[in-house]
Amino acid sequence: MKTIGFIIQKEFKQIFRDKNMLKLIFILPIIQLLILSNAATFDVKNIDIIFVDNDQSKASRELEQSFKSSNYFNVRSSFFSEKLAVEEMQKGNTDVIINIPNHFDRDLQKEDKISIAVTINAIDAATAGIENVYINQILNTYNKNILAQSKYFTENKEIAQNILVIPSFWYNKNLNYKIFMVPGILVLLVTMLTLFLSSMNIVKEKELGTLEQINVTPIKKYQFIIGKLFPFWILGLVILTVGLIISKVIFDVPMLGNMALIYLFTSVYLLLILGIGLFISNHSDTQQQAMFIAWFIMVIFILMSGLFTPIESMPKWAQNSTLINPIRYFVEVMRMVMLKGSGFLDILPQFIIISSYAFVMNALAVWSYKKSN
Amino acid sequence: MEKEKIIAVQNLTKKFGDFTAVKNISFDVYKGEIFGFLGANGAGKTTAMKMLIGISNPTSGKATVAGFDVKEKAEMVKKNIGYMSQKFSLYDDLTIKENIQFFGGIYGLSRTEIKSKTESLVKELQLETIINSLVGSLPLGWKQKLSFSVALLHEPKIVFLDEPTGGVDPITRRQFWEMIYSQAYKGTTIFVTTHYMDEAEYCDRVSIMVDGKIEALDTPKNLKKHFKVDSMNEVFLKLARNVE
Repeated sequence: MKTIGFIIQKEFKQIFRDKNMLKLIFILPIIQLLILSNAATFDVKNIDIIFVDNDQSKASRELEQSFKSSNYFNVRSSFFSEKLAVEEMQKGNTDVIINIPNHFDRDLQKEDKISIAVTINAIDAATAGIENVYINQILNTYNKNILAQSKYFTENKEIAQNILVIPSFWYNKNLNYKIFMVPGILVLLVTMLTLFLSSMNIVKEKELGTLEQINVTPIKKYQFIIGKLFPFWILGLVILTVGLIISKVIFDVPMLGNMALIYLFTSVYLLLILGIGLFISNHSDTQQQAMFIAWFIMVIFILMSGLFTPIESMPKWAQNSTLINPIRYFVEVMRMVMLKGSGFLDILPQFIIISSYAFVMNALAVWSYKKSN
Repeated sequence: MEKEKIIAVQNLTKKFGDFTAVKNISFDVYKGEIFGFLGANGAGKTTAMKMLIGISNPTSGKATVAGFDVKEKAEMVKKNIGYMSQKFSLYDDLTIKENIQFFGGIYGLSRTEIKSKTESLVKELQLETIINSLVGSLPLGWKQKLSFSVALLHEPKIVFLDEPTGGVDPITRRQFWEMIYSQAYKGTTIFVTTHYMDEAEYCDRVSIMVDGKIEALDTPKNLKKHFKVDSMNEVFLKLARNVE
C-alpha cells in the first residue's frame, strides 16, 4: 500500500509539472464541448434553393413565397434558364432546384394533377432525405391552400376532415439538439483523454528507459499498475466534473437523474478504459505506436457508438458489433440518467456489462504486463 | 578461508529465435570483488546481465544471484541487487530529492530511512544547494553519480553497472571509480560492464566476452601475463582478433 502511494505521488507530480498536460485537462474539454455541441447537429438548416420559374404567374410567386417564409430555406434567386440553375448546382452554390413549368397557374385551376420538378443535391444522402421531407411539407401546405380556394373543395367537404397530428416529444420537449449531443460529447471527452493519456504513459517510461529501472526493483506488478493508473482514474473524474459543470452552466442540459449514479458508472467505466490503455501500452514500444493504436480504436468506437448515427439504422452485423463498444453503453447511460432521470435498476444491464468488461480487460492487461521477457 | 560465491552461473544461454546471444556461459563472482564484464558491442554483455538481474528469462542454464535462482526467485534477487543501466534512468522531470524519495519508496524504505539517506547522499555528492532542482538540468557526470548512489539506496549486496561511465569526461570517470572503490571496500560486490580498457585494469577480476562466449576470465595481471602483453587493451584486441 505504501509503495503504491509513492508511485501515485510521483505520477501526480509529473502530471502537474507538465504544463501541456494541464491545458489538455482543462482547456480541451471546454473547447471541445463548446465547438462540437454547437456544430455537430443533425438539424438541416440554411438550405439554398433556386427557382426556375417558367410560369411567372401569381401561383408560382405564391409558391416561391411559401419557401421564402420558411426558416429552413434561403431562396437565392430565380432563374429563367434551367441550364444556368444546373450550372449553379454544379458549382455547389445551391442545394435544391425547383423547376416550375409553363402554364403552372393555368393547369392548377383546370387539372387535378400537375407536376413540378425538384432537383436535390444528394451527395449527402441523409441531408437530401431531410430536405426532401421539408420541401414536401411546404408543397403539401401549399396544396391544401389551393384546395381550400378551389370549388372542387367546396363540393367535397369530407376531404377537409384531415387527421390532425399533435406530437408530444418526451425527454426533450423542444427537440433541442444540444441537449441530445452534450452528454454524448462529454462521454467522448472523458474516454479520449483517459485512453490517450494512460496508453502513452507507460510507453513513455519504456522509451526513456525508466521502466527497466522499475522492473529491476522488487515492486509487485499490481502495485505498479494501480499506482500508474490511479492518477488517470482521478483525472477522468475531474474531466467529467468539468464537463458536467459546462453542460449545466452553458447548455442548461437537464440533469433529471441522480448524479451519483453517473459518477458510479463512470468510475467503473474508467477502469475499463484504463485497462484498454494499459493493454495498448504493453503492446507498443513507442509513444507513436501507442497513439496510433489508440486513435484507431477510438475512431471505430466513436463511429459505432450511436452518438452520430443511430445504432437502430445500422445493418444487423454492425449492430451486433456495437455490443463490444464501451462508448455505446456510456452514451446510453448518460442520456438515460441525465435526460430521462433513469434509476440504478434501469441502467443495471449496462452497469453489469461494463463491470465484467472492465474485469476481463484489466485481467488481460495485467497478465500481458511483464516485468521480464 | 574459502571465498563466498555471490553469483554462480552455470551454462547460461539466451536465444532470440535463431540467434544465440549468450552461449553457454559459466562463471562465479565472489563477495566484495569488483568484477569487470568486458566485451565488444553486441558480444552479449547486456543480455547476460539482464538475465542476472531478473528481467530476462534464460533459455537454458542456471544462475543464482545473492543465493536466489534468477528464474524461480527473480523478485528475491531484485531485493538484493542494485542496478544502474546504460540509459540514464532517473526521472528528468523530478527533483533530486523526489527521485531519491521515489526509488527509496519503491524499495520499501521507511519515511525516516529515506530522510536520513537523502541527507547523507546529497552531502556526500555535494548536492545540498541544488537538492530541489530538476534532475534533467544536471550535467551528465553528476547524473551518473546520482544514479549510482540511488542504486545503492537500499544497501544491496551486489550492484550491477551497465557501462556507467559512457560519455563522461576523464575526471568524472576517475571520481566515479573512486565511488566504486569505496563501495567495494564496504563489502558490496560490484559487477560492471565497460568499454574502457583502462577501467578494466581497476577490476579485481575481468571476464572478456566474445561472440556470446566468455573467452577469458582472470585478474588483469594474469591475463596480461598469459597473453604476453603490457595492457588490457592488447589482451582485448588479441581475443577479439582471434574470432575474426
